[in-house]
Amino acid sequence: MTEPVPPDMARPPRGMGPLARREARLAWGLLMPTLIAVALVVILPLLAVFWIAFKPIGLAELRPPAPVVREDIRGDLEAGDPDAYLRYRLRNSSQDQAITGVTLTDSWPEGLTASEMDPRCTLEGSTLRCDLGDWEGGFRDQIRIPVAADPSYFEGPDVEETEPVITGKANNVLTSFSSFTLENFARIFDGSEFWSVLGVTLFYTVFGTAGALILGLFAAMLLDKSFTGQGLLRGLYLFPYVAPVIAVAFAWILLFDPYSGSANALLMQMGVTSQAINFFGERPLALIMVTLFEIWRYFPLSFLFILARMQSIDTDMYEAADMDGASPFQKFRYLSLPQLLGILSVLFLLRFIWTFNKFDDIFLLTGGNAGTRVLTVNVYEQAFALSNIGAGAAVAVVIFLSLILFSLVFFRVMSREEGL
Amino acid sequence: MGLACLRGGSGPALPLGLGLAALLASGLAGLSPIAIAPEAAPLARWIGHLATVLFTGLGLWKILDKVVPGALTRHVFEAAVIRFLTGFGYIFFTAIVVIPFYVMVMTSLKNQAALVQNPLDFSLDLGQGLGLFRSYVELMRDYNFGSYLWTSFYVSVLTVLITLAFAIPGAYAVARLRFRGQKVFSRSILLIYMVPMIVLALPIYIAFSMTGLRNTIFGIVLIYPVTTIPVALYMLQGYFRGLPSEVEEAGLMDGLSRLRVIWSITLPLSLPALASVSLYVFMIAWNEFLLAFMLLDDPGKFTLTRGIASLNSSEVPRQHLMAGAVIATLPIMVLFLGLERFMTKGLTAGSVKG
Repeated sequence: MTEPVPPDMARPPRGMGPLARREARLAWGLLMPTLIAVALVVILPLLAVFWIAFKPIGLAELRPPAPVVREDIRGDLEAGDPDAYLRYRLRNSSQDQAITGVTLTDSWPEGLTASEMDPRCTLEGSTLRCDLGDWEGGFRDQIRIPVAADPSYFEGPDVEETEPVITGKANNVLTSFSSFTLENFARIFDGSEFWSVLGVTLFYTVFGTAGALILGLFAAMLLDKSFTGQGLLRGLYLFPYVAPVIAVAFAWILLFDPYSGSANALLMQMGVTSQAINFFGERPLALIMVTLFEIWRYFPLSFLFILARMQSIDTDMYEAADMDGASPFQKFRYLSLPQLLGILSVLFLLRFIWTFNKFDDIFLLTGGNAGTRVLTVNVYEQAFALSNIGAGAAVAVVIFLSLILFSLVFFRVMSREEGL
Repeated sequence: MGLACLRGGSGPALPLGLGLAALLASGLAGLSPIAIAPEAAPLARWIGHLATVLFTGLGLWKILDKVVPGALTRHVFEAAVIRFLTGFGYIFFTAIVVIPFYVMVMTSLKNQAALVQNPLDFSLDLGQGLGLFRSYVELMRDYNFGSYLWTSFYVSVLTVLITLAFAIPGAYAVARLRFRGQKVFSRSILLIYMVPMIVLALPIYIAFSMTGLRNTIFGIVLIYPVTTIPVALYMLQGYFRGLPSEVEEAGLMDGLSRLRVIWSITLPLSLPALASVSLYVFMIAWNEFLLAFMLLDDPGKFTLTRGIASLNSSEVPRQHLMAGAVIATLPIMVLFLGLERFMTKGLTAGSVKG
């Protein structure tokens, strides 16, 4: 027999109390700096990439066209040179884009008199104003104003000391809301190149990830017992991951150099090959080499995680298996592997995404030559080597979209393995 | 030969010994599995053969421990295979890790002529004393590496400080405070970490070119922390969650404000985690190459990695390139070996979950 509870007390309080609201406010306050920073450096650039991908823009058009002016005095004013004149040299910074409604203003110094005024310019008090109209791309011109100076001029500021201000309206491709194009995408998807780049990326990513995982698993099994020097070996095996990529990449290049590399010298000494092999310069071999480098550099990471997981597996299970007469391989296959499956799948996806994103390694080893151009290197290649920022951004968009796809899979698996 | 040994050796010590003796004899008779150049001195030849026999014997003895003659049980056979794989694994991993680093150090200590003459000569001429470090002295003197080292150092330290200043409050909020969107938050942090740098580098390059931040250390210091804040935040929130909240609640009961609680209770308790995060962030900033490469053009402002990249030309001898690589690697290695415990923890927490 229970007392009936009044209905308004049976439910927990709904909505936020003042305390909870204060807490939430504090939380947002604490997070705000990070949010702003991330928005500025991650979200904004990402939006910019999408924007630029639809713009016909090259490296050269990065700066919008602007009118440029240089001012100087020709002739000797102090000596009373009758032919002295004030000169403004004008030009359009862009070779092919127009600027409209250019105006120039400059302050006119005391004591300087113009004997004749350029028709485009008017002098109002101490301000010179010139209406210069529209300029074509590559426009150049001069304004010459013959001048004479009173003695008072030489006491005041020099005419060249005040900077003339010049303004004009130019169409900036980067920021304008028109001139969108699909040409960048057409260009990168055009021909077989894109598909070969995609193929190379997938080969590199799949084999690099799988190789690093398998090697990491092997290394973790080696170190999953305590012996003297275990800590030392563990530290040593992490070296490839911890060292700066630029240092180890160049070490590999030297080691496999076709002319003076030790690997080639050894192979020739052993009689395997009579001719030096250009490991990072031949077509299928270079891709295999960069994949090997990737495996070499990132097996430590998988090793670290797998080892951590292994050391948390209960040893009772193995003892029970020993009692039942399980052989060592059986123990690995039926006990260790299922326990490690969670971390292995998470590692695989994470490494897959990161390998997919990897730029430095291939860029340093081969520069994307000899059939090793992956998508990320292609961004650099299009934007900087071919000076086509728009096309580079288009490749970046493709990378980002694939990434979203991978992340969806990742989070699905991740939530399944949450209780790792 | 090895196969014969394996079969002959699958008993107690006697057949193994016989097999090894046969191996030594065959080696001396010129049928050895190892080939020694005919011009080698007799002593070296003997050492070579003895070493072959010794290590074959040692290996087999280890592998065949407890193996009895006759048909093997599955257990014994697999145990022997595992012992073989273990031994092979130690040698294999140690070799693949050590050789590139050794080549790096060795190359940096040699001169051009010696390098081209015999690429297989892995020895070092220790007789020349300090002359060994010629390349390093030249790098510091002629290539301005002292300044690169300094730039890299203070950029990395600033990155660590700024990162912590942003990440600690953020991580605390995500880990401890209840607010709407908390779950989404701790997820999306990782998501940001997955955006490839090259995708961001392009608009950053454009924005920096337009605002004149390109080619300035200020720009670099502005951009580095943002690349590390998400990781640091993720690592720290994992750690903060693990701290007992009772201590903090006691502090709140005693009338401390939240910020005061973070400063005088949470932070002292999480010093080990802060050390891990700092080390990890320092490592990322120190090793960063892509942004430094794209944004810095002025040799006076290079970081170390950018400086090394500028050495990669046909005019600069390779020992200098490798000396630069060693200079960049050494501080990280020293830090890493000295604080391995923190570093390992940092790496583990930084990449999947705490």
